[in-house]
Amino acid sequence: MAKYLLLKHYRGGPAPAVEWAPMDQWTPDEVDAHVQFMRDFAARLEETGEFVDTQALAPDGAFVRYDGEGRPPVTDGPFVETKDLIAGWYIIDVESWDRAVQLAGELSAAPGPGGKPIYEWLEVRQFLADSPTVTE
Amino acid sequence: MNEPLLRDLVPAVIGVLVRRGADFAAAEDAVQDALVEAVRGWPDDPPQDPKGWLVIVAWRKFLDAARADTSRRHREVRIEGAPMPGPGEAVDDTLQLYFLCAHPSLTPASAVALTLRAVGGLTTRQIAQAYLVPEATMAQRISRAKRTVSGVRFNQPGDVATVLRVLYLVFNEGYSGDVDLAAEAIRLARQLAAKTNHEEVAGLLALMLLHHARRPARTRTDGSLVPLTEQDRSLWDTRLIAECVDVLQAALARDRLGEFQAQAAIAALHADAHTAEETDWVQIVEWYDELVRLTNSPVARLNRAVAVGEADGPRAGLAALAELDPALPRHTAAAAYLHERDRDPVTAARLYAEAARSAPSLPERDHLTRQAARLNAQLRS
Repeated sequence: MAKYLLLKHYRGGPAPAVEWAPMDQWTPDEVDAHVQFMRDFAARLEETGEFVDTQALAPDGAFVRYDGEGRPPVTDGPFVETKDLIAGWYIIDVESWDRAVQLAGELSAAPGPGGKPIYEWLEVRQFLADSPTVTE
Repeated sequence: MNEPLLRDLVPAVIGVLVRRGADFAAAEDAVQDALVEAVRGWPDDPPQDPKGWLVIVAWRKFLDAARADTSRRHREVRIEGAPMPGPGEAVDDTLQLYFLCAHPSLTPASAVALTLRAVGGLTTRQIAQAYLVPEATMAQRISRAKRTVSGVRFNQPGDVATVLRVLYLVFNEGYSGDVDLAAEAIRLARQLAAKTNHEEVAGLLALMLLHHARRPARTRTDGSLVPLTEQDRSLWDTRLIAECVDVLQAALARDRLGEFQAQAAIAALHADAHTAEETDWVQIVEWYDELVRLTNSPVARLNRAVAVGEADGPRAGLAALAELDPALPRHTAAAAYLHERDRDPVTAARLYAEAARSAPSLPERDHLTRQAARLNAQLRS
């Protein structure tokens, strides 16, 4: 088993397969259907024993860094035009890379306007294990 | 109260309930409930006969649950009057449980989870913590696994090989959280070895104990890895190593070699060397040849190439490595090591850095990065 991150981006990644209006332009029912799909996806993962975590991120944030001893940290941003913007994630614990790809494919089919799949690109990344397997 | 000793009793108690007519899933739940009560009550009021106590309490839990279930479905309670103790059965319940929990119809992760609960007696929460997933997820994984094996007859003969693979998976998970899975795998393998007379069970037990005996030397206090050549061998548990060698030799003497015996033989040769230089690499290569013959595993071939590099020189090792698929895990790390041995630090540093980028675990990545940094610093000075 290995843990994978299914990363949802507001922006960034390959060119969208299908262009959709932003979510605030959808009908309330379309928004509800989308949100319900996300909940159902998590519930289904829990039922199959593959769920670890899901979180959403606020789009606004700032960059912060150390600025030397005794000085307050420097903040920069928010950067509205940042190319890549992370929206949130699912963390899954699955048997194989193929299973992670299969689940990402299902998540990508979340409904948008008219109830049609949005074909969203999802970034799939494996977590590094905490301990190495015992081989010498 | 000694919790592992208490947990030793779990598979036998489940077996008694199943023979009295409970189905496996319900029996397993009832025994878990009884364990909770034991953990609570025994420190103040330890029973004379722990196993008998567990059987009585677990059977009562089972009846309560069955009754609640039946009344939910508005059916007559019929099960109550029917405890049919069945001693004198030829099959060993504990062994049967190992087979059931490692049944080939289960995925490896399900078999691991079910084995740790039904044979190991760990709670769902403990298993979830060890595998870093939410308790609800692990609960689902276990109940799905129970459904998968619900049609398997309890007394069907099983395959020791599948059980061993499950135990080795548990062992390789190491230890995170408050459950030491490596120690748990060893406990379960010891229990299995006491129930069977199978040379591969002895082989796996010896292999795990040999690794375990060297555990204190394998990582520094900060968690970073210490390569075998740099380990402080005075930290090895030589008494345990001697015990393993006895177990292994008794198994090997029966002349039914298997992959775990071969791996244990390699581990024993490492453990036998007082210094890294004294390692008998020629014999280790011979054992890798056996292992490759037995398993045809690419990982065994890769490890064999590294051993060839030690026995016949790094060029020979690189030649053996060149015959293997470069996409194999740790191929690049092995190449880096052999190039360094071949006094080519420039190539070695580049390959260590490349290997770090594809390392499957954090300690390995950090170790490989450190190796690259060490060589690059040497090259600069």
